[in-house]
Amino acid sequence: MGVAKYIKNEKDAIEEVIYQSGIKVKPSYGPDDLKEVGFDYEKDLADPGQYPFTRSIHPQGYRSRAWTTRQYTGFGTPAETNGRFKMMIAHGQNGLNVAFDLPTQMGLDSDDPKAKGEVGRVGMAVDSLKDFEIAFKDIPFDRIGAGLTINANATVMLAMYQAVAKKYGYPKEKISATPQNDILKEMIGRGAWIFPVEHGVRLVGDSIEYAVKELPRCSPVSLCGYHIRESGATPAQEIGYSFEIARAYIENVVARGLKPEEFVGGFSFNLNVYGNLWEQVAKFRAARKLWAQMLKEEYGVTEPKKLFLRGLFGGGGSGLTKAQPENNIIRSSYYALAAALGGAQTTALCSFDEAFTIPTPRAALLSLRTLEILMDEVGLRDTVDPLAGSYFIETLTKQMEAKIREEMQKIKDLGGMINAVSTGAIQSEVANQAYTFEKGMQNNELIKVGVNKYAEEEEPEVELHEYNETWAEDQIASVQEVRRTRNNRDAVRCLQKLEQITRDGLNVMPCLVECCEAYATVGEMTGVFREVFGEWREPNIF
Amino acid sequence: MTQKKIRVLLAKPDLDGHDRGAKVVALALRDAGMEITYTGLHNSIDQIVNAAIQEDVDVIGLSIMTGAHLSIAKTLLHRLKRESIEDMCVIIGGVIPKQDIPKLEALGIDGVFPGGAQFDEITTSIKKMIAERGE
Repeated sequence: MGVAKYIKNEKDAIEEVIYQSGIKVKPSYGPDDLKEVGFDYEKDLADPGQYPFTRSIHPQGYRSRAWTTRQYTGFGTPAETNGRFKMMIAHGQNGLNVAFDLPTQMGLDSDDPKAKGEVGRVGMAVDSLKDFEIAFKDIPFDRIGAGLTINANATVMLAMYQAVAKKYGYPKEKISATPQNDILKEMIGRGAWIFPVEHGVRLVGDSIEYAVKELPRCSPVSLCGYHIRESGATPAQEIGYSFEIARAYIENVVARGLKPEEFVGGFSFNLNVYGNLWEQVAKFRAARKLWAQMLKEEYGVTEPKKLFLRGLFGGGGSGLTKAQPENNIIRSSYYALAAALGGAQTTALCSFDEAFTIPTPRAALLSLRTLEILMDEVGLRDTVDPLAGSYFIETLTKQMEAKIREEMQKIKDLGGMINAVSTGAIQSEVANQAYTFEKGMQNNELIKVGVNKYAEEEEPEVELHEYNETWAEDQIASVQEVRRTRNNRDAVRCLQKLEQITRDGLNVMPCLVECCEAYATVGEMTGVFREVFGEWREPNIF
Repeated sequence: MTQKKIRVLLAKPDLDGHDRGAKVVALALRDAGMEITYTGLHNSIDQIVNAAIQEDVDVIGLSIMTGAHLSIAKTLLHRLKRESIEDMCVIIGGVIPKQDIPKLEALGIDGVFPGGAQFDEITTSIKKMIAERGE
């Protein structure tokens, strides 16, 4: 949670600054520092829009296009969520980022006994295509892209998104969906995994392979350093681990006979923004460069567009506090500034009340306004990569690059990311980092305003989103009606076919679309995978 | 006389996968000299109770972020009673609103430690509740 370690003398002057990634910061920087790190404009930066894209993937940055805003949205029933989508779009939001409830993420129908108490609680409940028809009613699919925050069964949701778009008259070539679909990160942090590692990665590979051919405007996988960082990793680890996860997916798809050039354009990133401002900006700049280099040098990708690190840089949940919650509004503004200075294509902020529960409409709008103010009022669109050329930022970006490479090397030494996750080595490292931070917070080495400095006795009252029990009842009635009224023979036939295809190791995506169109439920489709794959057993790290 | 190590089972009930808190507390309790078993994610109450019996623990610690803490606490305490192991201490951490703490205590939860609780406070409370149970 802390941002950096500051060692002070008895007069409160700062003697030493150490960033989370382990970089020591000097009191001042000059040309000699650039020399020392071997900085070279053409090689390390180049002009915006030029390889290695450190400065920006676009020559004019936000002048040509402001960032896309995509607040994480979803709760209760599809109808409730549709209302919130429309409200956010009416207020200027130009992308969606769909939150699903835990039963949906774990592939359980709303009437499954294991779903009890969780239906519609932390996101929208989805059981069948009928729910997507309601949730995406009147949403312009050709204009508004949708992030689908789901992983273990992301294939099911991507298929369902294609099916609902078709139903509303949008051909699959026109739709833009970004399912999160990063199962390896789910096993490191966040925890919504279902199947064993190799099967989980196979499903990611299936969706990438399918998207290359059928969904040209979709980004089938979003590499989420975000959640790894939320779980305790440092900014350098966040990027290094994301790249090594990407490598695991690339290798899965290459083994199917595709060339990286054909599919890496569909990879996007979801990265975190909380913490020290300078460290985050350097992180984003270094990440853009390293990603382009990795794809070009190791995988022979040549088309510049395919080398872009495109991403949602946002969130910052771990930086927010329950204590003095209004402070989170201020914090998020600075986190958004880090995203803008870092060149985010897309962004979203955790709302100030999210340390308690999912946001109220007012809190969600406030986050959207924070993002809009940066683009429209205070000048973040004026010129691209405004911190470029700063002795400090360029030195730090080079140092960050070295730290990220170190983290990547550690994963290689562990035998690659699949191995590191299967043995628990990576989970153990991340947990230890989290513990170190927490200890730092508790002994005041890391400062959190309102928590271990300037704390107040009285906590102000905050208006909070309230969970409505009737949402679950409505949703259960709805899924039962779907099962009663659909053509059951069709649904069963599709599910049997899905089982065969899954066993045969063929791509599951086309059949999942058929299943969705036959109103098979999320629980039934994921159930087929459960049956064939079994469930993952976490390695014991204690 | 050498003191027996306090044995703690840390558990994540149900579907939520946010386990940073559970893992951090596990490491802190281990550093405080306790013996830790962590169930991992996605456990039913039955699985948690069975693990507690099998590991013969003194304390069950639940980490809950979803808002379902009251109903989970009721179910767990009921199951402990049925197994006649209601002398096991139960503590809960996670996202717990202040107004729910007395409700959890009234149900029979021995300690509630919402996010931000100090490690010292958690370890001291556990030692105290074990000492009191032993009397």
